[in-house]
Amino acid sequence: MKFKFILIIFILNFTFLHGVEKIVNQNTIHKNLRCLVCQGQSIADSNSDFAQTIKLVVKDLIEDGKTEDEIYSFMADKYGEWIVFKPQVNKHNFMLWFLPYLALILGGIIIMLVIKKKKNL
Amino acid sequence: MLSNFGNLLLILNIFLSFIIIYTGYKSLSTKGNLIPRLIYQISTAQSTLIIICFFTLIAAFIISDFSLITVYQNSHTLKPLFYKIAGTWGNHEGSLLLWVIILTIFSFLFLVFNKDHPKEFRVITLIIQNILILGFLFFILFNSNPFSALLPVPKEGLGLNPILQDPALAIHPPLLYIGFVGSSIYFSAAMASLITNYSQPSFVHSIKNWVLISWCFQSLGILVGSIWAYYELGWGGFWFWDPVENASLLPWFAMTALFHSLIVFEKRNLFYLWVIILCLLTFILSVTGTFLVRSGVLNSVHTFASDPSRGIYILLFLALMIFSSIFLLFKKNKKENYDLNPNSKETFILVNNWFMMFYLLTVLLGTVYPIFTDVLSDNKISVGPPFYNMVILPIAAIFLLLMAIGPRTKWIKDRFENLKIYLYILLGSILINFLIVFLFKSYSILSNIIIISALFLIISSLIDTFNFFEKGRINVSQIISHISFGFLVLFIGLNYIFSIEKDYNIKLGEEKTFDNYSIKLKDLKLENFSNYKTVIGELEVSNNETNKKNILRPEIRIYSTPKTLTYEASIKTDIFKDYYLTMSNIDRSEYYNIKFQKKPFMIWIWISVIMLALGGFLRLFKNAKIN
Amino acid sequence: MQRLIKITILIIFFFILGVFFISLNKDTAYNTKTLVGKKITKINLEYFNEKKFYQNEDLKKNNFTLINFWASWCAPCRDEHPLLVELSKEKNLKLLGVNYKDKKKQAKIFLNDLGNPYHFLAKDEFGKQSVNYGIYGIPESILINNELIVVKKFIGPLSFEDLKSIIKIIN
Repeated sequence: MKFKFILIIFILNFTFLHGVEKIVNQNTIHKNLRCLVCQGQSIADSNSDFAQTIKLVVKDLIEDGKTEDEIYSFMADKYGEWIVFKPQVNKHNFMLWFLPYLALILGGIIIMLVIKKKKNL
Repeated sequence: MLSNFGNLLLILNIFLSFIIIYTGYKSLSTKGNLIPRLIYQISTAQSTLIIICFFTLIAAFIISDFSLITVYQNSHTLKPLFYKIAGTWGNHEGSLLLWVIILTIFSFLFLVFNKDHPKEFRVITLIIQNILILGFLFFILFNSNPFSALLPVPKEGLGLNPILQDPALAIHPPLLYIGFVGSSIYFSAAMASLITNYSQPSFVHSIKNWVLISWCFQSLGILVGSIWAYYELGWGGFWFWDPVENASLLPWFAMTALFHSLIVFEKRNLFYLWVIILCLLTFILSVTGTFLVRSGVLNSVHTFASDPSRGIYILLFLALMIFSSIFLLFKKNKKENYDLNPNSKETFILVNNWFMMFYLLTVLLGTVYPIFTDVLSDNKISVGPPFYNMVILPIAAIFLLLMAIGPRTKWIKDRFENLKIYLYILLGSILINFLIVFLFKSYSILSNIIIISALFLIISSLIDTFNFFEKGRINVSQIISHISFGFLVLFIGLNYIFSIEKDYNIKLGEEKTFDNYSIKLKDLKLENFSNYKTVIGELEVSNNETNKKNILRPEIRIYSTPKTLTYEASIKTDIFKDYYLTMSNIDRSEYYNIKFQKKPFMIWIWISVIMLALGGFLRLFKNAKIN
Repeated sequence: MQRLIKITILIIFFFILGVFFISLNKDTAYNTKTLVGKKITKINLEYFNEKKFYQNEDLKKNNFTLINFWASWCAPCRDEHPLLVELSKEKNLKLLGVNYKDKKKQAKIFLNDLGNPYHFLAKDEFGKQSVNYGIYGIPESILINNELIVVKKFIGPLSFEDLKSIIKIIN
């Protein structure tokens, strides 16, 4: 009974989330693009000439109706994957996204084996 | 003269290290549990000499002795005294000397404070530690010598970079090195433990406090680095998942896992081999971090100037460490019998380690993966904040929940009736989250989950505190650290969700309005100081809801030596938020680019980390009192 | 089973250390060679002096086009300019100069002083078009063929070696 009550509250907590459209946030995109002429800063954090140019182009692309992923693809197409801070999920970077979870699962299995040893006796 | 003196001291120390290794080795075959006095004396001499050596370098910086290349490259007669001194360890060569001094002193202290442990164990720890010391001394002498001489002696130095003249940056290396380098002592102890088969729980007592010390200082070192980034670098962030930052975080994960496992090992004599692995892993990660940062294989905001020859040396050193560790582990691998109940504190600590290893692997992978793709497929990729946030945060939410339950679970076996209270706590967390989110409007599912989890941890810990009045027993350090961690995640989460960032172009006299704020560029002043000129913008930030006004004064500074342009952020802090403003000029225009940020709860983020470390220090004092 | 795990662990570490070792000797400087081999989909550069735009067809007429991004306020552009003048004499090659984030007056003075090697002159006032060509600093030059495929990219001022390689490619 108590569990159902908590479940209801939990769901209520999230109900007002569904009304939000996916708006393209300019700042998020700026934070995800690397300033190529700086040492490790993002476009959002840089005042360089290059950063300012990219900001203008991103603005135009957003006005054209491009989605966030389309903008990243565009930039990666022109400048290489290095410009985007979120590694694209393709066959090169597959290991990067996959290994942590694989390790998590393996660790879980090891722990279960360790715990279950007693029950096997 | 100082150059020769410094070099002499280095050579003497190499000599002394060899003597220690030799006499130590000889003492192994003698009877009795006492270490010969000679070894104590030489250790004392070693520590004394290295301290003098370090002070020699400091002296060279203070008097601006430019006959030393390091002083020439990193100092300047006009530098304030405090920063001249801090400049000693703020460069590659000098910081290596700091490594050696900590290696040496910790080695000496370990020798002196561990008289209750078997002689072989202590001697072999000393020998291995001295091998490490030798490795670094040779590196210094033949590759990165701070005492290298420069002729003819220049009249002035090069090192007046204003960004590096900051108090936080000055104490950042010493704090961090006590962490990183401090872990060397339990690396050596772990190897010695394997070699001498010293696998009883009493082994824990020899390293327990060292693990705590290194953990506390590592935490503070990371904090100070973040504070510096926030105040100095001008982008308003404090963590960027930059390779150098990650390098300091990796050992931290291992240390956290380690001291939790030590508790289990001490209490129930379980997980010996895992504890050893963690001891070895921590220092290995420290050296790996050093390799990544100093060799130039990674591009980062904070890189030291890089040089491949350094990289080769450190890589070789690292390889030797890793292979000797693996070799010993393979040889001494013993099967352990586990008798674990799923609902026990031991299991929860095991789970803590599981999560720590997950975080460690994720951060390590993200940091080095670009190196692999570059070498194997000639393709440069970037791994930045989006990756780390997406992978770690969901898992962190679960982790926080477990972190709340773990400490309250009994050793060996606990009853399931205790779960009822967790439902109530969960309910409370959800309600509070609902209030926060409903009143202030935030929509991301992930941030909701993180906040609920953080609240869960905080409330649980508070309830634990009240249980003190029932049971009379309270683990203050654990509660403080766990609650601080909960608050840290909570405040970071709130800060992330409710931060506002707006950047736009403005000219003198203009006012721009957006959301609830108006910003007006009221004035631009030009001022001249001894080593820089500055353009100070006077910006009035008005909160249109509360009608409160604040004046912020960001600057654009032009330094003369070396010719640098910096943007100084203007930050106004109060207990609820920081206002953060930077101003930059736009080429060939009368407009200025203003970036305005409102960052909630910044000061609480710093306080949370300080409290986290405080928990560790409290535990340390408690341990010291018991002894 | 135990032996297999041990051997795997050893191999993994050898591999990791090997990769680190190789990376030490690799040049980590960044260059946008991603564009090489790709087709420029849409050329849309504004004429320097008129309200017209260069389009794909205009450049397809040439066997090879060297698109050179330059500005009067850029010092290395002065250094490479004589080489561009040399290149302009080549058959099989036409030069398209794009004046980047510059003022018309200054640009004209620059060309008057150092010569105008460009068969086509365009401008990119705010730098936005340059992003389409993967430009991140100036001077940069891109060599394309008559199908608008990028043959080579030059970052920084053209050197004498670059000149020779261009001449080799277009012949």
